[in-house]
Amino acid sequence: MNRVAVLKGGRSLERHVSLKSGARVEEALRRLGHEVLPIDVDIDLVSRLSAAAPEAAFVALHGRGGEDGTVQELLEALGIPYTGSRVSACIRASDKVLAKHAMRDAGIPTPDFFAFSETAFKGLGVAQAVPAITARLSFPLVVKPASQGSALGIKFASSPASVPGALLAAFSYDRKVLLERYVDGRELAISILEQNGEPAALPIVEAVPEQEDFYDFESRYEIGRTRFVCPAELDSELAARAAKVALDAFQLLGCSGFARVDLMLDTSDGELYVLEVNPIPGLTETSLLPQAADAAGIGFDRLIELILAAALPA
Amino acid sequence: MTAPGPRQTRSAAHEIERYAALFADRTKVMKSSAMRDLMALTAREDVISFSGGLPDTSTFPPGFFTELMSRVASESCAKALQYGPTEGLESVRERISDVMAAEGMDVDPDSILPTSGGQQAIDLVCKILLNPGDVVIAEAPTYPGAVPTFCSYEADVIQITMDRDGMKIDELETTLARLDSEGRRPKFIYTIPNFHNPAGVTLSLERRRELIRIAAERELLIFEDNPYGLLRYEGEPLPTLYSLDNDFVIYAGTFSKILSAGVRIGWLVAPPPVLAKLVLGKGSADLCSSSISQYFIAEYFASVAWQDYVRSLSELYRRRRDVMLDALAEHLPREATWTHPEGGLFVWATLPDYIDTTDLLARAIEERVAFVPGRAAYVDGRGGSSMRLNFSGVTEDEIREGIRRLGEVVREQVALYSTLSGEVSPRPAAASKRTSAAPASQAETSAAPPHAAPPGQRDNTNVLPLTRKRAG
Repeated sequence: MNRVAVLKGGRSLERHVSLKSGARVEEALRRLGHEVLPIDVDIDLVSRLSAAAPEAAFVALHGRGGEDGTVQELLEALGIPYTGSRVSACIRASDKVLAKHAMRDAGIPTPDFFAFSETAFKGLGVAQAVPAITARLSFPLVVKPASQGSALGIKFASSPASVPGALLAAFSYDRKVLLERYVDGRELAISILEQNGEPAALPIVEAVPEQEDFYDFESRYEIGRTRFVCPAELDSELAARAAKVALDAFQLLGCSGFARVDLMLDTSDGELYVLEVNPIPGLTETSLLPQAADAAGIGFDRLIELILAAALPA
Repeated sequence: MTAPGPRQTRSAAHEIERYAALFADRTKVMKSSAMRDLMALTAREDVISFSGGLPDTSTFPPGFFTELMSRVASESCAKALQYGPTEGLESVRERISDVMAAEGMDVDPDSILPTSGGQQAIDLVCKILLNPGDVVIAEAPTYPGAVPTFCSYEADVIQITMDRDGMKIDELETTLARLDSEGRRPKFIYTIPNFHNPAGVTLSLERRRELIRIAAERELLIFEDNPYGLLRYEGEPLPTLYSLDNDFVIYAGTFSKILSAGVRIGWLVAPPPVLAKLVLGKGSADLCSSSISQYFIAEYFASVAWQDYVRSLSELYRRRRDVMLDALAEHLPREATWTHPEGGLFVWATLPDYIDTTDLLARAIEERVAFVPGRAAYVDGRGGSSMRLNFSGVTEDEIREGIRRLGEVVREQVALYSTLSGEVSPRPAAASKRTSAAPASQAETSAAPPHAAPPGQRDNTNVLPLTRKRAG
């Protein structure tokens, strides 16, 4: 039995999901016999952690501050063991631009992209290069804030006229955005879980949109709007190839414990592309990592136990 | 304190599949989770939120509340703690009749059905009238709280554009003619004629008459939702649709804005056959509205001149409205327009169409200010560049500071957009650039720069987003 602080909530835009993930983790930890200290992360985090002196922190935070290395850095400073990836991996994975550059350099396929900061638009007149950029990526293209998170701020641009508006929306969430080639195909999510120090891919989840909301990312993760199939119906060669690509991305970015890798399977040529690596994927009732673990015969409690075990000193 | 009991660990995947198969089709029509997540953040303490629809209940004297409730306890304890009739307490129906009389309506208390808030009134009307696929006509934008209700009854909602005089009647007639040609007939026309939520506009007298004429000619029901009618801050009251012709009007009112939203008591008035069905519908929904609330209301009306409190609220909200309108004129760029409500709780602001207010909300929350993104008031994806701003539940200082923050975010977006679209010399933030060509008749306070006129009033014909065709 351990005394475990569950860090949840916080101030990111994904606070709502994080509170749900956190609550579910707390229940599991209690069932596993641990002493649980729930902490809704706020300005008093340091004093609460110091007072509680937990043996480990379960980081159930999503989005800015929780998933990008910030809270991990603090936990390092306080000497508290914590779940999931270390600081540097969180920084690399949560910044899509860093992650995509690393993947491209290492030969892991990721859709072509260009990324710019607000400063570049203001100081270098990048807008005038947009026609050249869109010519290279071709329409439709996807515009995203660089910091990883939910579907917020992700827009399709189907014509030159819609690019500035899509950029503006993405800049509402981050000072850096990327324009990415749109891959038409199947959406695959591959969760990676470390067991006994060895990361392995769990069964693949496919997100199948039920309705014609092709251009509406925001509705994709509503129950009823998207059907999740696990394990995804893929031939074994393709499934193995996808798992390897996901595992390569996980290791390249230096992730540990667990993560979820989102891929696109281009249906025209069978190519796989990594979109992003989520260092702390959702752990709610409808989240994909718990589904994938379940399909591998790992119940939620066992999943939480494994994630915690990877964090605790041997 | 009860500790959470040990729950069986169930299979996540199977759980999801099982529930997904169980959900009714109507649950598929839901607000996006993204907007819900954002709205959850607006409740943070350091955020100045214009997103509520809240009356300011801090104006109600606590001592008086205590007095009323102890009278309920000492005089009607057993009854207040008991179920009541589905049709509501007679004393409450009589008081509702008084409140309606104050707006020029002569209503027999027996034709009134108290409901659990105005929201239940909407739900009950949908429940007894709508089959899946039935057409409902509403305004564009419409009450954001009605959208999920219409959707949950699987209505085909057609929204009619508004201008500063409310619903555009010519567009309504065109729509009705088109529906006719398709052999379809709307079940009702939902309208908030006074100080519209969220649009902040009032249906003109001429249009009220036209609407009644159309309803009579085509034998259509009008569903008049009038939560704010008594909260008028300027101008002369207009007759309600119900008072113009009660044959074709279902009327909904509420105590939420003139007394308390917490008592959850609203009401419906309808033609007798419709009322009978509504009573059955209410019986199956909740048997009766809260007896405690109804006794409280009866005591309240027996104890005071209720109109004094409404007047004091109107005075308070009028000042807050004025502060908000002044602050908008001072801080929003010239590209923005907004409505000038003569009453009610809301201003509807529209930004340039390249600004998506759902995304803007993310930026605004960072600057600790919040609003309702306009899309919540549409079923068809319109409203993306508009927002609803509530002024009744926020103090004057908060309004000034909140609108200042909002203005900063919007000006930044306007400037950034011109940069992003490649304008060589991006225009500076616009507040200081406003022209003095606007009408000079606008009342200005010392807070507003002398050359600034509220742009929302400058363009009288375009206070609401122009018509765009419904997405097909």
